[in-house]
Amino acid sequence: MSTELPAEAETSSVEPPPAPTRRTFIATTTAAGGVAVVGGLVAGPPALAVEEAVADEVPPGSRVSLTVNGVRHTVTIDNRTSLLDLLREHLDLTGSKKGCNAGACGACTVLVDGRRVNSCLTLAVRLEGAEVTTIEGLAKGGQLHPLQQAFIEQDAFQCGFCTSGQIVSGVGCIQEGHTGSRAEIREWMSGNLCRCGCYVKIERAVEQAAAGRKG
Amino acid sequence: MHPFTYAKAADMREALNAGWRGGRYVAGGTTLVDLMRETVERPDVLVDISSLPLREVVVTGRGGLRIGALVRMAEAAAHPKVRVLYPVISEALELSASAQLRNMATIGGNIMQRTRCTYFRDVTAACNKREPGSGCAALHGYNRSHAILGTSDHCVATHPSDVAVAFAALEATVHVLGPDGERRIAFADFLLRPGSTPNREQALRKGELITAVEIPAHARPLKSGYLKVRDRQSYEFALTSAAVALHVSGGVIREAKVAAGGVGTVPWKLPAVERHLIGERPSDRLWAEAAEHAADGARPLTHNGFKPELLKRTVERQLRTVGGTK
Ligand SMILES: Cc1cc2nc3c(=O)[nH]c(=O)nc-3n(C[C@H](O)[C@H](O)[C@H](O)COP(=O)(O)OP(=O)(O)OC[C@H]3O[C@@H](n4cnc5c(N)ncnc54)[C@H](O)[C@@H]3O)c2cc1C
Ligand code: FES
Ligand code: FES
Repeated sequence: MSTELPAEAETSSVEPPPAPTRRTFIATTTAAGGVAVVGGLVAGPPALAVEEAVADEVPPGSRVSLTVNGVRHTVTIDNRTSLLDLLREHLDLTGSKKGCNAGACGACTVLVDGRRVNSCLTLAVRLEGAEVTTIEGLAKGGQLHPLQQAFIEQDAFQCGFCTSGQIVSGVGCIQEGHTGSRAEIREWMSGNLCRCGCYVKIERAVEQAAAGRKG
Repeated sequence: MHPFTYAKAADMREALNAGWRGGRYVAGGTTLVDLMRETVERPDVLVDISSLPLREVVVTGRGGLRIGALVRMAEAAAHPKVRVLYPVISEALELSASAQLRNMATIGGNIMQRTRCTYFRDVTAACNKREPGSGCAALHGYNRSHAILGTSDHCVATHPSDVAVAFAALEATVHVLGPDGERRIAFADFLLRPGSTPNREQALRKGELITAVEIPAHARPLKSGYLKVRDRQSYEFALTSAAVALHVSGGVIREAKVAAGGVGTVPWKLPAVERHLIGERPSDRLWAEAAEHAADGARPLTHNGFKPELLKRTVERQLRTVGGTK
């Protein structure tokens, strides 16, 4: 997947259309605006130009550079774009799923700078310089990640919709070291719902991969 | 989602300037982005405060704690000093949301989070909090999860935070910075009861930024802990919860700090329970008697008549867990 992309991918959003970057803070200095700084605090009328906000039809967008599964992308996006939509709609990485789009199911889980997060509640515009790992980035050199292999061996899915989120979350859970017992795995994997009810096998798969890592 | 401009504040001054101009701070984004998608929130300008130097956990005085506003929930919960000094804070945090959300969400954002009332989240429903004067659909709607304490005819929504219950119990102080300088707000004054203005939720003034939450040093030894009762075992908001901290010396309870969650329009401090405990010796009977006061003044709604009793039992059980029995 990602290996087919050029190392420096320049992608532009299709929908909504590209918009000019409006980093209003850039090139604005507070001192020039006559702001008195007292003991590090601001007094008097602030000078930052934020009134540039939302006037014309083109929705405000920004350019952001981030690394996804080892490949650097520079994209121009509507500020409203979530990381999940950036991955799925703009970068063709549809492994991360959209379940609830509200932080309540975990199907969209990815790693950002090594930490598992809900990509549906992450604004892509905030990810300048970030390193993102999705389910597509876990296999290395044609070898499945041990947790992917464990999911197969434990038969830890039915429809598969939650699976990519479960696996990425499980990778985070193992890295965090919250795999001391079945109960601990259950609690620390509770941010990933499975409508098919494969929890017992998911638990075993995480346990197996965690044990493999220790051994 | 309403369109917005985005800018990342490089330092406190930039953030305050933008905030003063009406920019909306975004920390972890787990409340704000969610509500923006529902169009409940429609900021024109987002001010990303994630680069600000508000990430420290500092031990103050003789066992107090100052937790920076941008410390993530996961970091605060795992912090060795937090775990040792105030387990009630770590426990409240680890029983909140999910591992993913706790990796994103911050302490400042957590106490600022907005209610999970479904009518508040539904822009087609009447809600005085979202749209002053439109009415309260929960008052006579489905209100099983709603508040029984601190409610008004205008709003019965709960404050959903868990760690805020621990902060209320421990009598924390919120440090804020604004155009007029620094202020400290007692936690009891920080979150506002709805009264006739449920749209006003915190004591923050225009452009003010939370910099930290400070827990005072309490007498030691101090035992503390958090119990959360919910419809499912994890990844769910509280129906009831209890934060308890007890200082027992010479076999007598010298200090008792108790607050409840899931039941109030704000985290609900329980002074009557605390008073009942002070000067007494721990016993099963004492826990039960003290907990009898937990629901004093409660006004149940159509669907949450179970909450007063559940609250009493929650408080009793957590008193026993923290204080032990003979
Ligand atoms: C599915 C789900 C389940 C959840 N379950 C729980 C739970 O069980 N228990 C619980 O306690 N919480 C729960 N939460 C809520 C979660 O903890 C909060 O969304 C989170 O703590 C908010 O922090 P944030 O940094 O993401 O805030 P943001 O979304 O960034 O901000 C929230 C608000 O605070 C303001 N703000 C943020 N930082 C500052 C600051 N420093 N100064 C001034 N204003 C500021 C923002 O402007 C915004 O209005 C849950 C959330 C979800 C989505
Ligand atoms: S799609 Fe992100 S948590 Fe459900
Ligand atoms: S396998 Fe179907 S939702 Fe989990």
